[in-house]
Amino acid sequence: MPFLRKKVFACAGYYTVSLGTGRKEFHPKKPRPGIEHYIKEAGLGSINQINNPENIDEGIIGNFVAERFCKQGNLGGFFPMVHETFLYKPCMRVEGACDSGGLALVTAIKTILADVADVVLCIGVEVQNTVKAVYGADYLAAADWFSGERKKGHAYYFPDQFSQRAGACFEKYGHERIREGMSHWYVNMIENARKNPKAQEYHNTNPDLYATAMTPPNPRVFCEHINVFDCSKVSDGGAALIFASEEGLKKIGVDRKDAVEVVSYAQVQYDLTKPPPDLTEFTTCKIAAQRAYERAGIGPSDLGVLEVHDCFTIAGLLAIEAAGFAGPGEGADFVKEGKTRLDGEIPTNTSGGLIGYGHPTGASGVRQAVDVVNQLLGRAGDFQVKIDSRRPYGMLSSMGGNDKTVVAMIFRRVE
Amino acid sequence: MTLDERLENVAVVGAAGKMGSGIAVLLAQEMAKLKLKSENRDRIYRLNLIDISERGLDGLRAYLRAQLTRVAEKSIVLLRSLYQDRKDLIENAEIINAFVVDATSFVNFTTDLNTVRDAHLVFEAIVEDERVKIKLFKKMKKLCSPDTFFLTNTSSIPIGYLDEQAGLEGRLIGYHFYNPPVIQRLVEVIHSKRTVSELKEIGAELGKRLRKKLVPANDISGFIGNGHFMRDGLFAISEVDRLKAQFRFPGAVYIMNRITQDFLLRPMGIFQLIDYVGIDIFQCILKVMRTHLDDKSLRSSLINKMVKLNVKGGQNPDGSQKDGFLKYEKNRPVGIFSLRRKDYFIIKDDWKKKIDQKLGPLPDGFMPWKALLTSPKKEEQLRRHFEALKKMDTLGAQLALRFLKKTREIGEKLVDDGVANSAQDVNDVLTNGFYWLYGPINDYV
Repeated sequence: MPFLRKKVFACAGYYTVSLGTGRKEFHPKKPRPGIEHYIKEAGLGSINQINNPENIDEGIIGNFVAERFCKQGNLGGFFPMVHETFLYKPCMRVEGACDSGGLALVTAIKTILADVADVVLCIGVEVQNTVKAVYGADYLAAADWFSGERKKGHAYYFPDQFSQRAGACFEKYGHERIREGMSHWYVNMIENARKNPKAQEYHNTNPDLYATAMTPPNPRVFCEHINVFDCSKVSDGGAALIFASEEGLKKIGVDRKDAVEVVSYAQVQYDLTKPPPDLTEFTTCKIAAQRAYERAGIGPSDLGVLEVHDCFTIAGLLAIEAAGFAGPGEGADFVKEGKTRLDGEIPTNTSGGLIGYGHPTGASGVRQAVDVVNQLLGRAGDFQVKIDSRRPYGMLSSMGGNDKTVVAMIFRRVE
Repeated sequence: MTLDERLENVAVVGAAGKMGSGIAVLLAQEMAKLKLKSENRDRIYRLNLIDISERGLDGLRAYLRAQLTRVAEKSIVLLRSLYQDRKDLIENAEIINAFVVDATSFVNFTTDLNTVRDAHLVFEAIVEDERVKIKLFKKMKKLCSPDTFFLTNTSSIPIGYLDEQAGLEGRLIGYHFYNPPVIQRLVEVIHSKRTVSELKEIGAELGKRLRKKLVPANDISGFIGNGHFMRDGLFAISEVDRLKAQFRFPGAVYIMNRITQDFLLRPMGIFQLIDYVGIDIFQCILKVMRTHLDDKSLRSSLINKMVKLNVKGGQNPDGSQKDGFLKYEKNRPVGIFSLRRKDYFIIKDDWKKKIDQKLGPLPDGFMPWKALLTSPKKEEQLRRHFEALKKMDTLGAQLALRFLKKTREIGEKLVDDGVANSAQDVNDVLTNGFYWLYGPINDYV
């Protein structure tokens, strides 16, 4: 019996520009669109691709921490603003730190599986440029155990958590090997982002990305083992995707060939009050991927495209290992050998990932799903990869906190 | 007394001015860091910020708070460790606020000069007028204890002269910050023949503590910075005199400003810089130098005329430029003062184009100052730029090379005259204090 008790499809994906430093139109001192703008733009971007938006039954909004960045709660209340027919329809916001988008996907799917809706519009959103990074670092630190860990933590809490992971990997597998892998990841992501007009690094013209990536860390003002180029961006953005049952697809007038099938997912939670069991691996991500593969009845070699949560370059390497593409410590070699590139063995984060596209936290999981869906449908534009018919699957792995909350999800092209 | 002990009680006189307020920020942050050390918990710190203007002090309060917040944001990694025992302070914002409160809690804003009495270090940053300065130092000598050290921010008056006139007996040092002191790394340090060795050591240690680049200059009026800038400015003015017959006055000012900025790759053109400093201040420094150096060439009738017409340049409290030789919108020149009309001539595109055509193009591959500043291949690109200028037979290239040569002569003369100990010191002042990409003493021409 398949993992999903009925067929669920995804279609009509859309995401906004990831706005923040790097984009030419971004200016920190000029007014910018608020969170409601991104919800609306993403939602409309999605429903403009279907025929009958009035048949959307529910909305799900994934968001991490709008209460702090935007002083805004009750995000479900923005759903009726997206389209007039959404008034008086159910919508709720789900939260799971940087995996909020991943949880939104899962919640949308569960709503369909529960037979209470045929069509669900899933939106992920975050607006983070409202404060300087030094303050935003604390808002984001809520993704870890605040009362237990924040006080002793670094000024830049999460960058330091991953700097410690990088340090542990340097020690275990060799500094040069891992550092080079991290830098190749950066180059890979920026090169992909340059093909994606919506990416925050789309305008990046740096002639020597690798040299930039190798900038020595400065612990006096930042972290011990990583530099700012190892970090994903501070971003404003939104993404949306429609989930539907077979019946639901008909209701919104979408042909099955314009949709992909959700094959499996795994939602895995680690104890927030406990430190990671091993700094040199993503244990929770690994379990999530294994369960998703198992439930889909496939393995890594069946994937034609992959999306991982590279909030830091070291996270990119560890996520590749967790997804089963490389053994412990070998993620660095895998990336260095070009196997994650658009023309590589497993094209990964084809639109730039969190390093290159940007990381509007609550939107990231949904944005990853949109990219996987578009790749499988052949609609990824300049960064489209060739999806071999023998490997028609795509997987995303979305992570919240330091490998604490994870969703892995596998999609397949509808034949 | 050690520097740490001296930093327990410090005064800045003229604290509400542009330089004084910057010095105040630097001192407040340094003193706060000392105060936060556990071994200093019982010590009492006091920073007396003294100015004659109550309004100025109000502005200073706001400036100090804003600057300390910025400093705290930038040094948050360090601050988290300094506040690690404060269990109530968890988020960065809480720590930053605590630091600003701590760093302002020992500050005394006052118009009362008597508060200088207990200071171990006194920074003087009042108007660049030797009579006023001498009067102030005489008063402070009476008020302060005999081991108080004085640091003057004068940019032109000989230290030995001030010391002698005020009877400070070697307790005075020249400590010339550049504008704005919070950002500019350069401090020109000037000892007089009388300066006591303990003060020399304190000055050197303080510079390290403030992470400033200290460049020694000898006690000759104008020192290195103004010694170069004044003569550079006068040369530009003499070029304007030469060119104005052909291009009229506004055209000549435009040309020399553009030659120095674009052709010589400086952060701003020479007339914009004179405006930034203030035409009245330029005049005042010329006068100081003319008197002390007994050099009648340090004079400009144009500068005198401008000041007389009350066209003075300078900066608004927010740091934006006031109109002087040039008229500014958002800190960009949009007009040029016309002496004939006594009003601004607004720069129009076709007028500019006509003059630019007469100057000729910039060398191929031209990169402006800002782009070169962060370029890893800066040296190579500079050399290529000047080599190309030498091969160009245009008015622009000729004027630029003439200026480059003159600027080098001025620098070399500072070494020959014993103002600077070395060519390197001259170059250090211009690159660190004036943000030049290259020192005036070079082999480009």
